Amino acid sequence: MQNILLPLSYLIGSITFIIGLKMLSHPDSARKGNLVAAAGMVIAIFATIFLYHNENGEPLGNYLWIFAGLIIGTIVGTLAAKKVQMTAMPEMVSLFNGMGGACAMLISIIEFKHLTHGLDAEVMEESAGQFFTTIQTGMFITIVLGMIIGGVSFAGSIIAWGKLNGKIKDRSFNGQHIVNILLLLVIAALTVYMITFRPVTTITFFYAILAIALLYGVLFVLPIGGADMPVVISLLNSFTGVAAAFGGFLYNNPVMLTGGILVGSAGTILTILMCNAMNRSLKNVLIGSFGGNKAGGGAAGSKEQGHYKEISMNDTATLMAYAQKVVIIPGYGLAVAQAQHICHELEKTLEDKGVDVFYGIHPVAGRMPGHMNVLLAEADVPYEKLLEMEDANEQMSSANVVLILGANDVVNPAANEDPSSPIYGMPILEVEKAEHVIVNKRSMKPGYAGIENELFFRPKTSMLFGDAKKVLQDLVAELKGM
Amino acid sequence: MEPLLNLFNDESSYRLLTIVILSIFLGIEVISRVPSVLHTPLMSGANAIHGVVIIGAIIVMGQAASDDYVSLILGFLAVILGTLNVVGGFVVTDRMLEMFDKKKKKK
Repeated sequence: MQNILLPLSYLIGSITFIIGLKMLSHPDSARKGNLVAAAGMVIAIFATIFLYHNENGEPLGNYLWIFAGLIIGTIVGTLAAKKVQMTAMPEMVSLFNGMGGACAMLISIIEFKHLTHGLDAEVMEESAGQFFTTIQTGMFITIVLGMIIGGVSFAGSIIAWGKLNGKIKDRSFNGQHIVNILLLLVIAALTVYMITFRPVTTITFFYAILAIALLYGVLFVLPIGGADMPVVISLLNSFTGVAAAFGGFLYNNPVMLTGGILVGSAGTILTILMCNAMNRSLKNVLIGSFGGNKAGGGAAGSKEQGHYKEISMNDTATLMAYAQKVVIIPGYGLAVAQAQHICHELEKTLEDKGVDVFYGIHPVAGRMPGHMNVLLAEADVPYEKLLEMEDANEQMSSANVVLILGANDVVNPAANEDPSSPIYGMPILEVEKAEHVIVNKRSMKPGYAGIENELFFRPKTSMLFGDAKKVLQDLVAELKGM
Repeated sequence: MEPLLNLFNDESSYRLLTIVILSIFLGIEVISRVPSVLHTPLMSGANAIHGVVIIGAIIVMGQAASDDYVSLILGFLAVILGTLNVVGGFVVTDRMLEMFDKKKKKK
């Protein structure tokens, strides 16, 4: 009986993962789907702890350690996930993803240690090379690949996490993608050499490969812009899935294999879907930060930019206080500045003065699908004030003032007018139908797509520079004092 | 661990390979039509699912010799990290989706 219970639990686990993912992709069943997958995970974990026997029929030991680890992980994980601000969700996901990658990496390191166990210094000198040839090729490949992918995913996710919470700045140097490609080649060459020839220094090789894989993970994510991070996280997510699947190969474990590969392939598709929603290609996201900057600069140089005009805080407040209808367009800048609460306050202050206020939400605003809805819902903005793009565009022509908070590409008229623009054809919020357009940005830098925005130079547009939160606070104070 | 005695020299490797191929297609099929509002929660949910790597950590931990402290400590770390991935992943996803529930009710 016992010997079918474990495979049966694994089968149940695999099925819940599939059903869970399927349910997660429909709005009505999404929450239940998440719970279904979680239940399957619990079954698989406990079945492993109590029913697993190794090839010699011995059960697992070290229960104290295992349970201590599970309990610590559960408490810390739950607290972290419950405490995190809604705005910080993506970086939390990235951090958890890194943990999974690190877990896969550690498993490989320990298994490698087991393989080389019993090698003392003397044996090392004389017959180490011979010793290493006894390692089975298949197992060796599995261990090394699991380590490399887990390591890249771990290092990359930590950098992505740091970039999203602003601890790490975008950094790139000339020819960085060439360096990255070289690193990848070095990893591949060392791995092939080590596995084929089993040199005496196999152990050194192993850790050298680990170090380069970690370095690659860091360099791979460092130059990518903050707003593209969700795409990168999604990609790293599928990497970790593949690393988990190598664990499945190693232990001949079907649930690790199904879970890992499922996430690997679903994650890849999801990454591509996210790119499509932002109207960019994956290649563009991954190496765009090098080419992008240059192309953006070149385009800006060749084109007449014209002049933009700034508007003072006082004028902005007056303009808005005497408006009948104001449409607020939130973007990534609002999320970065964590300005959703003060934004809600501005809306209330204006309403007290008899102004109608709506929010126009572009489907990919913030470059995190659904990001703005979640963010503003957290600040208790009433749901009926959030207008989808079509409805917002209808309101636009009767609006006196449009206030754009850190959004850029989603209001770029080039999407409608300039067939040569990379975002041509993307539906946008047609802010120019309104009487006045006030744009809050931190600087004149182009958006993350690296495209100049003609809108800023149009006669209707005035610029209000500064951090979204700071500007909104001043604006609310100004309005209250009127 | 034994089934990989030789690379694809035995039946069980092929069984695993079959699972891999089928899972790839299944993964693509399952999420190919998903609305963009759900991208973030779906990514997060998938993130929790690859936490299944915790099973490997448990197996490694459970087989470590009781005097092999390096393995014990690394294994212990792996179990903690894996659990973080699983538990944190599912809880965060649930919180995101809770927001959607609230929105719907207000509507």
